[in-house]
Amino acid sequence: MEITIAKVLLAAVTTTTDHRIAGLPVFYAETEDEMAKMATILSRILEAVAHDMENGVYIIVKH
Amino acid sequence: MTKDILAILCGVVMGTVARSWMMRRDFRQYPSYPHAVVTHLALGFIAATLGAVAVPAIAAKEYTAVTFLALAATQFRDVRSMERQMLESLDQSTLVSRGPDFIEGIARTFEARNYLVVFVSLMTSLFTFLYSPLPGILAGTIAIAFVRRFMRGYLVRNIVKVRPAKLHFEGPNLFVEDIHIMNLALREIHEIYEKLGRAVILEPWDDNGREIIANVGQRQAIAHDVALLLGVHRDVDTAEFTPLLRRKLDTGRVGMVIVPIEPDIECFVEAVKNVPVLESAYVNPLVSRAGRCAAD
Repeated sequence: MEITIAKVLLAAVTTTTDHRIAGLPVFYAETEDEMAKMATILSRILEAVAHDMENGVYIIVKH
Repeated sequence: MTKDILAILCGVVMGTVARSWMMRRDFRQYPSYPHAVVTHLALGFIAATLGAVAVPAIAAKEYTAVTFLALAATQFRDVRSMERQMLESLDQSTLVSRGPDFIEGIARTFEARNYLVVFVSLMTSLFTFLYSPLPGILAGTIAIAFVRRFMRGYLVRNIVKVRPAKLHFEGPNLFVEDIHIMNLALREIHEIYEKLGRAVILEPWDDNGREIIANVGQRQAIAHDVALLLGVHRDVDTAEFTPLLRRKLDTGRVGMVIVPIEPDIECFVEAVKNVPVLESAYVNPLVSRAGRCAAD
């Protein structure tokens, strides 16, 4: 039987350095616009979706 | 021409005609490859031959010839696995996949249709053998009509009411009326959804409909069919635009959202209504006492 991972957290993009994010690549942005742009680029490259954690952190998830 | 040959000939012709006619009806589900059409017509011809020879064989007291029908069953099971394997491998390269439930349903249909061909050719050859070709062809035609009447499955329109709905964002969350669909972070994606996105709500007519539409495979089949008919505004690197159907837990209503290439809402509603109800998704809790009691 083939076993695959259906959903996986690939990266996080954030403007804040207050949160402690561990276990996945974190990209730090200076502004909200930069964060959105980085999230767009990452989601296109990784063929994944950017989700908003609503605390200044975007996560990139492969569905 | 002897009576046996005449019966076999009529049976084979009617059975093959029945198979080609059944193929036309399921064109949308069919992978629409000319070579696959040839494969299935050939298998239909074999099925028709098997059905047609049964009656003259029994009349000639060649009872062992009937064991050929068992061979047919094995043969047609292979048809099912052949279709399943092909559709599964093709599914990986479609933008909105059919899903395993839909594929299983299609594969099962392909297998069953060969048995129906056996039935049609058996009826034709029986009546041709007993009477003459004309009653035989008539019996075959009635058998085809019978097959058409009883093998017709349900459509989504029979189990749920489909109506257009408004989509909106609350922060990053996409909603169709009060049904949460997904969380999307990016502003530009929100704008595309607000401008081009279309949504419908599927409201079950009864508890049977509620349970059928709860089936994830059924919902995937709807997403696939709608994306196929209306086009979908996505590519492999824009997973945000995958059409989604999500369920309201309190009521069992389902909201569907898609960014179609053709934004006609009436066509969208019509496309959803005409999706077949999958055999694997079909349940009928209302026939049980507990189901009826709970439905109050």
